[in-house]
Order: sequence, then C-alpha cells, then structure tokens
Amino acid sequence: MTTHTNAPLPTNEAMRPILEMRQVTQTYTLARQKLFEARPTLTVLDHIDFDVRPGEAVGLVGESGSGKTTLTRILTGMEQPREGHVLFDGRDVWTAEPSHRQLFRRSVQVVMQNPRSSLDPRMRLGASLLEPLRSLRIEGDHAARVYQVLDQVGLSRNALERFPHEFSGGQLQRIAIARALMSGPKVLIADEPVSALDVSIQAQVLNLLKDLVRDLGLALVFIAHDLSVVAYTTSRVSVMSAGRIVEIGKPLDLFTHPKAEATRNLVGAILTVESGLAGNALA
Amino acid sequence: MSGANALEVHNLVVRHDMLTAVRGLSFALPVGGRMGLVGESGSGKTLTALALMGLLPMGWQADGSVLHDGVDLIRQSDRALAHRRGRTISMVFQDPLSSLDPVRRVGYQVSSVIRRHMKTSRREAERQTIELFRQMSLPRPEQLVRAYPHEISGGQRQRIMIAMALACYPQLIIADEPTTALDVTVQKQVLRLLNGAVEQRGCALLMITHDLPIIAAMCDTVAVMYAGRIVEMGPVGQVFRSPRHHYTRGLLESQPTMDNIALDGSSRLTSIPGMVPPLHSLPTGCAFHPRCAAATEKCVAEVPTLEGGTRRAACWHPVESMAEAAAS
Ligand SMILES: Nc1ncnc2c1ncn2[C@@H]1O[C@H](COP(=O)(O)OP(=O)(O)OP(=O)(O)O)[C@@H](O)[C@H]1O
Ligand SMILES: Nc1ncnc2c1ncn2[C@@H]1O[C@H](COP(=O)(O)OP(=O)(O)O)[C@@H](O)[C@H]1O
Ligand code: SF4
Ligand SMILES: [Mg+2]
Ligand SMILES: [Mg+2]
Repeated sequence: MTTHTNAPLPTNEAMRPILEMRQVTQTYTLARQKLFEARPTLTVLDHIDFDVRPGEAVGLVGESGSGKTTLTRILTGMEQPREGHVLFDGRDVWTAEPSHRQLFRRSVQVVMQNPRSSLDPRMRLGASLLEPLRSLRIEGDHAARVYQVLDQVGLSRNALERFPHEFSGGQLQRIAIARALMSGPKVLIADEPVSALDVSIQAQVLNLLKDLVRDLGLALVFIAHDLSVVAYTTSRVSVMSAGRIVEIGKPLDLFTHPKAEATRNLVGAILTVESGLAGNALA
Repeated sequence: MSGANALEVHNLVVRHDMLTAVRGLSFALPVGGRMGLVGESGSGKTLTALALMGLLPMGWQADGSVLHDGVDLIRQSDRALAHRRGRTISMVFQDPLSSLDPVRRVGYQVSSVIRRHMKTSRREAERQTIELFRQMSLPRPEQLVRAYPHEISGGQRQRIMIAMALACYPQLIIADEPTTALDVTVQKQVLRLLNGAVEQRGCALLMITHDLPIIAAMCDTVAVMYAGRIVEMGPVGQVFRSPRHHYTRGLLESQPTMDNIALDGSSRLTSIPGMVPPLHSLPTGCAFHPRCAAATEKCVAEVPTLEGGTRRAACWHPVESMAEAAAS
C-alpha cells in the first residue's frame, strides 16, 4: 500500500486558460407533442462560462441530467453550441483556420465512464493505442510513443499483445487513459471515469490522473455526480444545476459553506463510513 | 436450526464445471438482524445471493446448506422455491429495469404479487399497492400505478422494486447493490426508505454492496468477502474502526474522507495495488497474498481459517489495533 502527501496543486492563476467556454448555450429541438404545435426546445446549457489552465485540475459536479456530458461534448468539439464560443489557446475553434482546429482535436482528449465500451473488444491493446495516431494523422516514431505512454500510466509492455477482456475494469480505465494520451493532449476531460470501478481501483485511477496533471502539466476537467470524488481530485469545482453553473469554489469551501441549493443537496447526499457509523446518516 | 435465525448458511459452495466462485461461506442472520456482505466486483456476492434465492444461472450449482423458515433451501424443489420467493424471502436487484416487465403497468406488477401470495381480492391488492407506493414516497401514487416502467425514473423504479419486495411482509430481504445504478442524490433517499421500511416491519436484511458507507449506515454486522470467501466478520463498528484483515483495512483506506477533501486537491488516496484475481487463477493460501504488504511464506502456503466468536478474521498476521500497537 502506498501513501504520500505532495505539495498543493498549483492553481496557476497567472497562466491563461488553455481551454475555455464563453457564454455557451445549447438547445435541442424535441419532437412535436401535437400536430400543428411548434416543436418545443429544451435549453440544456444556459450561458455557461468555464475554463481550465495548464497544470490545473478543475471539477464539474451536478445531479443527473444537469448538463455535464453535454458540456463535455461541446468542450471537445463533438458538438457546436447554438450560442457562445469555445476557445482553445485563446482562439475560437469554430471560426479558426483548419490547422488550429486540427491542433485543438489532438490537444483535447476524453476518458469516458465505461472503459469496456470505449475499447474495441476485437483489437489487441497495441492496435487500440495506435488508432488515435492514425485517425488524427500524427507522424513520428509510433512505437516509441506507445512505450512512453505505457510508462506514464504504469502498464507493462506485455499488455500490448492482449485483448480488452483479459483486463480488469481498473486496468482498462488505465488503458483508456493511455489511449487518450497518445496524441499528446494538453487537456484531458474525464466524464465519470471512476463511477464504474471498485473502491480499491478507484483510488489507483484517481491517483494516476493527479500524477498526470502534476508530471505532464496536463489540464484536467474531472466530471462526476459524486462531490467527494471530485473534491479529492481537483482544486476548483463548478457546480451545475439545470444547465447553469450555480456555484464555483474550492472543494473545502463547498463542503463547509455551500451556498447554492444544488451544492447543499450534493453535500447532503454524501455518505461516509464515519457518518454511517455515527448512526444518523439516513435519519 | 435455531429458531432465532432468519437465515443460516453453512459451508455454501457455488461452482460451474471447474470454476468455484463461492468457496465455503458460513454465517447466520438473526430474525430482524441486518448484515452487510461487502466485497469488490467478482468476489462472489451476486452468485451467493442468487444461490440463496434458488436463482443461479444455467450450469451453476450450489452445495452446503441454507436454512430459512425451517427448511433447507438448497434441497427444495424449484416449485417450492418459486412459491416462497416474494413471500417469506424477497430480493431487490441492482438493475430495476431488467427485473420489471416492460409491457405491464407497474401497479399491476406489484398488486399481482400481493394477490398471488396473500390471496386477497383484486381491489384490496390495488389498495395495498397504492398504500405501498405512498410509503415509498412515490409521487401521485394513484396515477403512478398506471405507468409503464420506461415512463418513470431509475430512482422511482427502484422504489417500486422495494415496494414489491416488501409487499408480503417477508422475514428476509436480500438487496444486491440496490442503489449502485442510481445518482448519488437519489441513492440516499432510496436507502432511507428501505431502511425505514425494514425497521418498521422488523424483517431481516442482507445488504450486498461494494460500498462501505452504505453498510456502515444500515447494518449491525458485516462480512467482508474476497475471492469467494469471507475474510473478516463482526459488528460493523468494530470491523470498520479496527479492521484485522489487511484487505478490509485497504478498502477502508481507499475511501475519500473529509481529511482528503480538506486539502483542496493536494492529498493522495491510499490504494490497494493489483487487482481481484480471476476465478481460473486463484492464488494459493490467503487469496489476498499477492496484494498484501504483510504477506509471508505461510500466507502463500496455507489458507487462514475464520475462527473465533462474533469477531473473526482469516489472517495469519492480523493488523494490530491502535491500542495493541501502543502497548507493544
Ligand atoms: N441530443 C439530445 N437531444 C435532446 N435532449 C438531450 C440530448 N442530449 C442531452 N439531452 C438532455 O439534456 C439534459 C442534460 O443531459 P446530460 O447528458 O448533459 O446530463 P448529465 O449531467 O451528463 O447527466 P448524467 O449525470 O446522468 O450523466 C438531459 O435532460 C438530457 O435528457
Ligand atoms: N454467469 C456467469 N458465467 C461465468 N462466470 C460468472 C457468471 N456469473 C459470475 N461469474 C464469475 O463468478 C465470480 C463471482 O461473480 P459475482 O457473484 O457476480 O461477483 P460480485 O457480485 O461480487 O461482483 C466472478 O469471477 C464472475 O466473473
Ligand atoms: S493472511 Fe497473510 S496475505 Fe492474507 S491478509 Fe493476512 S498477512 Fe496478508
Ligand atoms: Mg453524463
Ligand atoms: Mg454483483
């Protein structure tokens, strides 16, 4: 068992954001309820401002349906917002020239909740790792890159010959992180990366993400509905509710002085072993 | 069999050809008692629950004995077990959508269980269903009984499953990860309702989960499972405050606590290295030895036994409690 305490994560106030959202609004048009009626629209993100700096880990929490995954899709450029801007390295990715778009695509990578469904079951791990280099048309010594990334996530080289079913959930999540790192991103977005994992494995993955922020200077956006996991991993947390960011703060401040109702609900939902043993956790 | 137990399990083994997923489980759950069965995924919790309910998947076989309500469930016919399920013993599963019939209204599904087991009239069963929905804090129960499963949220579906499990006043409820699929904000509400309902009816609860805080909040005793065996058991406060098995201690230390959070992102969690072994290559001796910092040759060679009174740990070199460590 390993434990160490490290120096506080820097907040990097002085650096300018590497990835940024300004006044982003996203709406979806729903199916008509009655003939001749206007099709109703649903506002899923409502004038969102959000940013992350190099070497910084920021958190995003909110109840189910609050808009977290939608925000991820917009931050990664998978979806274009109805209104507002997404800026990578200070420039709007939807109006910039193709070379900036290409750089943005390589530089912002995602890790999803379920590693089993994000890896092709018929592909050996080695092939899965090379796939992003191919699809993003990245040149260079691919083998060297694979070995470097395996080192960064703490996997051994013999993993390359194996198939996804030969790994546990926690190892697969490491592999999914390795795959996201292949293109040399500046920003890693993790959407519920540990909610499908067991407690002992959760800790391994959370520690790995923190190491990557510290050692590679990655910017990390960590998304979850469990405030305690987000608070552990990040130094600044935004709380979402019904498509809006209702509160931003340091993890400890959110716990001790939650201002928004949504924050209070999330804090109230946390069960710990201590509160459980105290006997009134479910009162 | 002592009449004071709602469930008595002796040396339960669950296997499939050459694979043995549950390797000799023994425990007793007193009438009205609440026991937690905790362990990581793959440790054999679900197969244990399914064996107790007589619902093992094709090809799996259970041995040992499971005493409940004066009979050995393992030696009961499928028909006798089917008649018992939902009446003296009922189960809440992890995924409520797959255990509800998608083409029948939820109210009908609950009231037909009541009619089948309690021999009440249709109207009486419908009345009791609405009352159960109300006890589960479900909104607008009179209308909700007419909804189909896909029309309601996951948290509401799970509350309906609990209502169904409680409908016939069973002596024992087995809940397998009942809130794992739910959002944290809904999770606590569902647990609170389950907790209150079990308390009010005085039925025994076997709570199966990998989530230690849930066990701490709901159970009086806990059994920690690893690779198909119980490695530690006892009163929940004693086991969680001073664990003796190194696996239990590792699980407890992996939990984020207020102390971690207070450091605003700068702390590290303790983690257990390695992973749960797959069934086809279970380690010899103490199955936890490849992941244990305290392991010795004895741990590799010999299986530690789970002996003692109410507080037991199957470990050759148990974790010293704070008090013992200070004294030595
Ligand atoms: N393509 C779409 N069309 C219509 N509605 C959508 C679409 N995508 C998302 N929504 C709606 O937008 C809202 C926000 O969804 P989103 O997936 O972003 O939530 P979330 O915060 O990630 O939730 P969870 O914690 O459950 O993952 C929900 O009400 C969802 O139903
Ligand atoms: N239907 C099945 N076929 C083959 N192996 C199974 C099946 N169900 C469970 N197992 C295996 O049995 C072991 C215990 O599984 P399970 O009881 O589901 O564990 P838990 O509920 O603790 O996660 C695991 O190694 C799992 O892979
Ligand atoms: S028996 Fe040995 S390997 Fe197993 S937990 Fe105890 S010290 Fe560790
Ligand atoms: Mg989501
Ligand atoms: Mg299970």
